[in-house]
Amino acid sequence: MSDARNQLYQIRPKVAPDGAELEGELLEVSMGPQHPSTHGVFRMDVVLDGETVVKLKPVFGYLHRNHEKIGEGTSYLSSMPYTDRLDYFSSLTNNWAYALAVEKLSGLVVPERAEYIRVITAELTRLQNHTSLCGFLLQDMGALGTPLMWAFREREKVLDLFESLTGARMMCNYMRFGGCRCDLPPGWLEQARKLVDEYPRFLGEFEALLSGNEILMARSQGVGRLSPELAVSAGVTGPMLRASGVDYDLRKVDRYGIYERFEFRVPLGDHGDVFDRYMIRVLEMHETLKILRQALQQIPEGPVVDPKAKLRGFRPKVGESYGRLEGPKGEIGFYLISDGSANPYRYRVRPPSFINLTILEDMCLGRSVADAVIILGSVDIVLGEVDR
Amino acid sequence: MPIPNPEELKTRLEAALPGVRVEVFPNPAVPAQSSLLIAPAEAVAVAKFLQDEPQLRLDMCSNVTGVDWPDREEKVKVKQLVDGVEKEVEEVRRHPGCLEAVYHLYSVALKQGPVILRQRTANRTDDTAVASLTPVWRGCEFQEREAYDLFGIRFTGHPDLRRILMWDEFKDHPMRKDYVEPDDYEYEPTPHDEVLDRAKAHYPAPEVKA
Repeated sequence: MSDARNQLYQIRPKVAPDGAELEGELLEVSMGPQHPSTHGVFRMDVVLDGETVVKLKPVFGYLHRNHEKIGEGTSYLSSMPYTDRLDYFSSLTNNWAYALAVEKLSGLVVPERAEYIRVITAELTRLQNHTSLCGFLLQDMGALGTPLMWAFREREKVLDLFESLTGARMMCNYMRFGGCRCDLPPGWLEQARKLVDEYPRFLGEFEALLSGNEILMARSQGVGRLSPELAVSAGVTGPMLRASGVDYDLRKVDRYGIYERFEFRVPLGDHGDVFDRYMIRVLEMHETLKILRQALQQIPEGPVVDPKAKLRGFRPKVGESYGRLEGPKGEIGFYLISDGSANPYRYRVRPPSFINLTILEDMCLGRSVADAVIILGSVDIVLGEVDR
Repeated sequence: MPIPNPEELKTRLEAALPGVRVEVFPNPAVPAQSSLLIAPAEAVAVAKFLQDEPQLRLDMCSNVTGVDWPDREEKVKVKQLVDGVEKEVEEVRRHPGCLEAVYHLYSVALKQGPVILRQRTANRTDDTAVASLTPVWRGCEFQEREAYDLFGIRFTGHPDLRRILMWDEFKDHPMRKDYVEPDDYEYEPTPHDEVLDRAKAHYPAPEVKA
């Protein structure tokens, strides 16, 4: 490797107080794949000088099942339930990204009501993903129990909504090409409005207890800094990128779906450290609630699927398409090549949490092992998506 | 200012970088996402130009992936003179296959995109090298490793080209179209049906002595 990363691999000479040079030795530690802080079966090969990280190589593939090969072997529609298993925290945004790529390829038009349902479910997904991430991150920092339990208590309420709409709490399999699988059940909107009205109370409570917490600030401020230039060049997306101060939110940039109808802001960080990444997610939850309030108020009546869409014998035109959207973890994209048959010729997932790990080493170098744990926690990875 | 269409981009690239040949790879389904086919030897120069050009500033490489195009045969009917009489003769045309590396580039600074680049290898067997764009966009690092792992595309100039999803000792490249998974890929405690048949080929059942 030619860049500056290599220079750190040497041991720093240790000097005793009397001026004598001490011998030192690097220690190689394999963190994971069963380490509780790695959020799944993920391993980091860490080389330590004392407690300082001088080299860190992520090792993936423990959960690899070649999702893309499976996708090439089945029809377009049969891949929909598989997309749930990528980032299992946010199956609905995965569904939507895949549907978006196929709709681009086949020219299907999504009806108005379905667009609103998509926005509502995607924003609810973002809400529960960010909530649980905040819980997990604080757990990594040593706040055992309370924050995670609180986060999961709130997440349950969102999952209850998903269950009554899609029949599943996590593996929703809800979007279809040209719309959604079914209409909202009666009373669902009222329940969703109730949740949106009650959520700020939880957020306020959570923030009052934690955001200003001295230990949280001491552990996370200035830790794992990521410069905006490196973040952009490394293809980092989502809250990670915005925490580094880069104004890039696909909901604003691509204006996919009907996002241009809603008024919301894109929170940006200043320092690009772990604290900013935590704070961005908290602020994004407030913006998400804003979008939800507007969408729940505006949602019209009507059909939820394009009448031209067909479930059986679906064969898009020859060509290729890349569809992407702003998932809770970053830009989730699907790249499809169609040869005119019922199966995609090439089916590729652009996994945000996998690509966000590219700069894990850069953020951890020179920090302690304990910092590496929370830096990894702030990236927000899901191994189902990293390994595919 | 929107991103120029691929034809325009080709003209600009060829004007700015003398000697560079760019071919437009049309996309009938989504014409805006047509791609530019570039030669591996010129790929880094093209990438640097696209990154630095003030009207493009493609500073993020969002998606890198491989595509496998196996060798294929096409039967064509050709008119030929056979013994002075014109006859229709079936002829087999061979199209040599290749591996392709596809890059989706976006501009974060100007909020536009995508520009899609493709590089092709010479063949699928012994010359599978293309240029690595990791020195230009850091985001290619893991994704090129993945394309190397799953497709067997060798990225020259990559700082750390190793397998990433499969284990290091793994031999083949599973995303290729002609990949056949080994018979004993998964251990089954009590093999049955097809798995048993295949297992027999590898592990002959011990002879039972009376």
